[in-house]
Amino acid sequence: MWIAIITFTLIALGAGLALSFVSRRLPSDAGDLVEQVNELLPQTQCGHCGYPGCRPYAAAIVEGAATVNLCPPGGKATVQRIAKLLGKEIIPLAKQVEPSVAVIDESSCIGCMHCRNACPVDAIVGAQHFMHTIIESECTGCELCVAPCPVDCISMRFLN
Amino acid sequence: MSAPTFDLGKLHGGLRLPGHKAASTAAPIADVPIPSQLVLPITQHVGDPAQPVVGIGERVLKGQLLAEPDRTLGAPVHASSSGKVVAIEPWPVSRRFGDNAPCIIVECDGEDRTIEHVETAKDFVSLQPRDLLLQILRGGIVGLGGAVFPTAQKLMQAQTCETEYLILNGVECEPYISCDDMLMRERAAQILGGARILMHALQIDACYVVVESDKPEALHSLEMELGELDDDRLVLKQVPTIYPSGGEDQLVQLVTNREVPSGGLPTDVGCLVQNVGTVAAIHDWIVNHEPLISRVTTVAGDGIANPMNVRARIGTTIGDIVAFTGGYAERADHLIIGGPMTGKSVSTDRVPLVKATNSILVVLKTSFQGRELPCIRCGDCASVCPIQLLPQQLFWHACADNEAKLREFGLTDCIECGCCDLVCPSHIPLTANFKIAKGRIQELADEKARAERARRRFEARNERLDREKQDRDAELARQKESAKQAGPAAIAEILKRKKQQEEDD
Repeated sequence: MWIAIITFTLIALGAGLALSFVSRRLPSDAGDLVEQVNELLPQTQCGHCGYPGCRPYAAAIVEGAATVNLCPPGGKATVQRIAKLLGKEIIPLAKQVEPSVAVIDESSCIGCMHCRNACPVDAIVGAQHFMHTIIESECTGCELCVAPCPVDCISMRFLN
Repeated sequence: MSAPTFDLGKLHGGLRLPGHKAASTAAPIADVPIPSQLVLPITQHVGDPAQPVVGIGERVLKGQLLAEPDRTLGAPVHASSSGKVVAIEPWPVSRRFGDNAPCIIVECDGEDRTIEHVETAKDFVSLQPRDLLLQILRGGIVGLGGAVFPTAQKLMQAQTCETEYLILNGVECEPYISCDDMLMRERAAQILGGARILMHALQIDACYVVVESDKPEALHSLEMELGELDDDRLVLKQVPTIYPSGGEDQLVQLVTNREVPSGGLPTDVGCLVQNVGTVAAIHDWIVNHEPLISRVTTVAGDGIANPMNVRARIGTTIGDIVAFTGGYAERADHLIIGGPMTGKSVSTDRVPLVKATNSILVVLKTSFQGRELPCIRCGDCASVCPIQLLPQQLFWHACADNEAKLREFGLTDCIECGCCDLVCPSHIPLTANFKIAKGRIQELADEKARAERARRRFEARNERLDREKQDRDAELARQKESAKQAGPAAIAEILKRKKQQEEDD
């Protein structure tokens, strides 16, 4: 019986050492995990979460620096999916926003280019001193163009 | 070349349903008079809405273009009679999602004057296939079997594949509906004429005209017409009466014994399927220059006083059509647009007849099933499913909203025929659940595609900003370098010149 106990203890010890060695030496899959979380995010790049884009937020979630409920455009479904992926608890959304797109009042636009430079997905077209407009199909509704406009001619139109 | 004959393929499952077609096929097709007002939805097809090209107050003639598609997938809408456009506004329509859609409302003047077409009547054989397809595109013709896919686009897709057989779908397998049956009885010449136009346009040498065995009159009339034509490329085929053998993929399987792959099209196995009504409409447009402005529809059901088939202008309201046939019976509970299995029930008879409306069904409440009970996993649904899916498993995963499993079990291949609903001893509305689940899967896929596009644009923008910064830095470095090379004397010279300039100012 002692032989059996000693044998199994040795096997367990050996296996434990091998596992800890492997987990230290082999590259961790954290980068991969960030990619997976990033894929679940809606890619609006709006910064509502407090991070400068979707990938930085994904990285923060994986590091444990951010909670999973900070993405308003993603909504409840995104919280659920990320929580499921990482084995975390599903928590209520921190802030809710309705899906919307930005609209430029073209008669007031002075062509200052500020909104065009702010748009994270290049959905605004226009040249300096000429009217700008938004490609509605590409607009993610991030609201980043609203604040920089000096003449307040950009408003958000709700989709639903 | 003459069409080879196949042994009939076998359809999995399916049901023998009571036809209820005798009442509506007793009398010939009657013409509904032109109504005082036409309601023409701008979306009567799969694809993007057509854009109106007429203004309010404008006078229009019969056959005049009212709305034109602006993207790749769509079909134009024409005026069904002459009159004045009085409004372009939302109106109740029968659609899968939503109840109101933008419609062009035309007040008819009753004169029914036809617009003069610029093109003169030409023999279609002298037209190039490509021109013929473009011509069909302008006729506003869509699949009249109920799917309303723009016919021209379907043909153009078929042109890019090696299509061997044209299959004319005269298999009207859903109960009550008999409009194709009546059309085949009365207008066999136009149907076969349309088929020959398509065969010329797509350079197809074999055509099967497929009719169910419960339509002896239609078979006889087509046989007579074929005998007169004496064209051995066209072959008449009889198939047994089993619902849903009139589905596109099912028909291909039945006629050629080839299975359309999951997610594929009949053209993947060398077949093109067209409804008999559609080819008759193609004939009317190419030969008589009449765009798709009227169609035959079945008015039937226990809630209808005189069931019959009528030809009505597109845009006539259902109420007007029912009134023409003799009104509702004493008891009438539900109005369904389409057949009893795949139709949609609507709450008002103000909805207009559209290109898709193959039947107007008024039924009594008693014809409906009982209360929903839990699934007992009897497997009856799986044995009748024509696609060989497992509806009980799909239902399970649909309730759990498990997208991956739903895909794995082939939900996207479900044709929503309703066979599983009908045999379910627990009265579970399976098809309704599948429709909702399909919508959700589509929504998720759209969301994913949108996110992917936004991510690509974001990354491209970051790349561009990086590139611009590098270019700027490089230019600055170059200027610094050249100044250094020129030496202090040159710099002093430049500074002096600048100072001089400032003094001059």
